[in-house]
Amino acid sequence: MNPYITNLLILIAIYIILAVSLNLALGYTGLLNLGHIAFFGIGAYASTLLTQAGVPFIASFIIAGAISSIFGFLLVYATKKLRGDYLALATLGFNFVIYSLMLNWKSLTRGAAGIPGIVKPSFFGFTIQSNISYLIFVSVICIFCIYLMYLIVRSPFGRLMQATRDDEFGLRVLGKNTSVIKYKVMIISSFFAGIAGSLFVHYITYVQPNYFTLTEIILVLTIVIVGGIASLKGTIIGTFVIVLVPELLRFLPLGSSVLGPARQIVYALILLGILLYRPRGLFGRADLQ
Amino acid sequence: MNLDVSNVKKSFGGVKALDKCSLSVEQGKITAIIGPNGSGKTTLFNVISRLLPVDTGKLVFGTEEITLLDDYQVSRLGISRTFQDVRLFENLTIRDHIEIALLNTDESLLKSMFRPQRVVVKRVKEILSLVGLNKPLSTFATDLSYGQRKLLDLAIAIAKPHSLLMLDEPVAGVNPVLRERIKEIIKTLHKRGETILVIEHDMNFVMDLAQHIIVMDAGSVIAQGKPRDIQNNKQVLDAYLGE
Repeated sequence: MNPYITNLLILIAIYIILAVSLNLALGYTGLLNLGHIAFFGIGAYASTLLTQAGVPFIASFIIAGAISSIFGFLLVYATKKLRGDYLALATLGFNFVIYSLMLNWKSLTRGAAGIPGIVKPSFFGFTIQSNISYLIFVSVICIFCIYLMYLIVRSPFGRLMQATRDDEFGLRVLGKNTSVIKYKVMIISSFFAGIAGSLFVHYITYVQPNYFTLTEIILVLTIVIVGGIASLKGTIIGTFVIVLVPELLRFLPLGSSVLGPARQIVYALILLGILLYRPRGLFGRADLQ
Repeated sequence: MNLDVSNVKKSFGGVKALDKCSLSVEQGKITAIIGPNGSGKTTLFNVISRLLPVDTGKLVFGTEEITLLDDYQVSRLGISRTFQDVRLFENLTIRDHIEIALLNTDESLLKSMFRPQRVVVKRVKEILSLVGLNKPLSTFATDLSYGQRKLLDLAIAIAKPHSLLMLDEPVAGVNPVLRERIKEIIKTLHKRGETILVIEHDMNFVMDLAQHIIVMDAGSVIAQGKPRDIQNNKQVLDAYLGE
C-alpha cells in the first residue's frame, strides 16, 4: 500500500477513537467538554514516560488510559455544578493548564523540545516496525474500542446518558443520580482519549506539547459536529471527511506556507456549511446545546 | 405513606413563595391543592421533590425526614411526580421513557453492557394501556402531540416505583375528552389504593375527584377540608375573587 495512504489511515483510526470518545461525553451525555485533547495529551505523555522507564508497551498503553481517566474524573468532579457554556469554558481552561504543564515541567516532559525516540509497540516478543503492521494493529484496537462504545451507548446505561443530556432534572426526579452517570461517562471517555494518545505517540515516535493545542480541539470538535451529535456512525464518517478533504489541497499548486492556513479555511467552511444546512451533522440524533 | 409539611418557608429574593406552609397528605386519599396563580402550589411541589431547597421548615415522608435529601434520593423513597410543563427526553422513545422510570436505581454500567435486554415490554404496554396512549413504542417524544405528551408524562410517573403520586395540573391545556380520560385514570389509581396529591385549576375536575382539598394563597394554607366545605368557605372565595 502507498505509504501516504497508510499514514492517513493510521491517523484516521486514531482520530476515530478520539472523536468517538468525545461524542460519548459531548453528544450522548451533553457534557460540553472542550478539554478532551488534554486527555489525549496525558495519555501520550504517560505512555511515553512509562515505556521509557522500561514498562512494557501493553501495560503502558492501559495505564495511559487509566491515568487519563483519573484526570477525567477529577475534571468532571471539579466542574460538577457547571453546565453548558460555563462547563465548556472550565474544560477549555483545563486544557490550557495541562498544555502549560507539558510545556513548563521540563524535568518530566523536556518542554517544547519534546521527547524523541519513543519505542514502537512490542508485545509477546513481536515489535510493530512497519507502517502496514501498525495500521493493522491500530485498526484492531479501533474496531474493539468502537465495539465497546457501541455496547455502552445501546445499553440501558447509554439510554440514561442520553436522558441526562435531554433533561438532567427530569431524570433526577426519576431517582437517577446524574452526577454518578457523568462521572462514569467522563472516566470512560477520557480513558479512550488516553489510549488514542498512546497509539499516536508510539506511531510518530515523538511527542511535544504543540500536538495538544486549541487547533487540535477544534479539529476533533469539527469531526463530531460534522459527523453528528450522538452518532457513532456519523463520527466515523466525519473523521474520514475531515481528515481526507483537506488532503485534497496537496494536489493543488499551493506553497507550503499557504497549505497550513488553507487547511484551517477548509475546516471552517465544512463546519459552517454543516451548521447552516445540517445543524445536527451528517447523522446526528440530537442538537448541540 | 403520609407526607407532612411543617412551617416551610421559601423565598425568591424578596418574594415569599411559601410562608409557614404546613399541610398533611393522608395515605390512600386523593388530596387536591388549589389556589390562585402565584399562590405557591408548584413551588411546594418543587420543594417536596427537593428540586428547590427550603429556607426553613421540615418535610417528612412516612417516617423519613426528607428536608435535606437530594432530589433523586427523595424520588427513590417513593415520590413520583409530573410537571406543569411536560418534561420529556426529546430524543428517546416512548419505550425508553417507561423503561427508565421502571427502575428505581441507577443502571450498573457493566451489567447493562453485557447482559441481554430486560424483557419489560409487557410491563411497558400495561402502563401505556392504563393511560390509553396507543402509539408504537418506538415513537420519539418529539413526535407526540401535546395531549399524548401529557399522557406519557403521566405514564412515566405511574411507572416509577412510588407510594405518593404528585400531579401538577394534569389536565391543563387538554381537550374535554382527554380531561375525562385523565380523571378516570386517576380514579383507577385511587381504587388501587394509591396516595395522590394533585394541583389543578379546573374546579369541576377537583370537586369531582378529591376527597380532601387544601387551599393556598400567598404561600400559606388558608383553608382545607372536604370539597363541600371548601365550596362554601368565605376565605377561599375572597382569595379567588380578590375581595
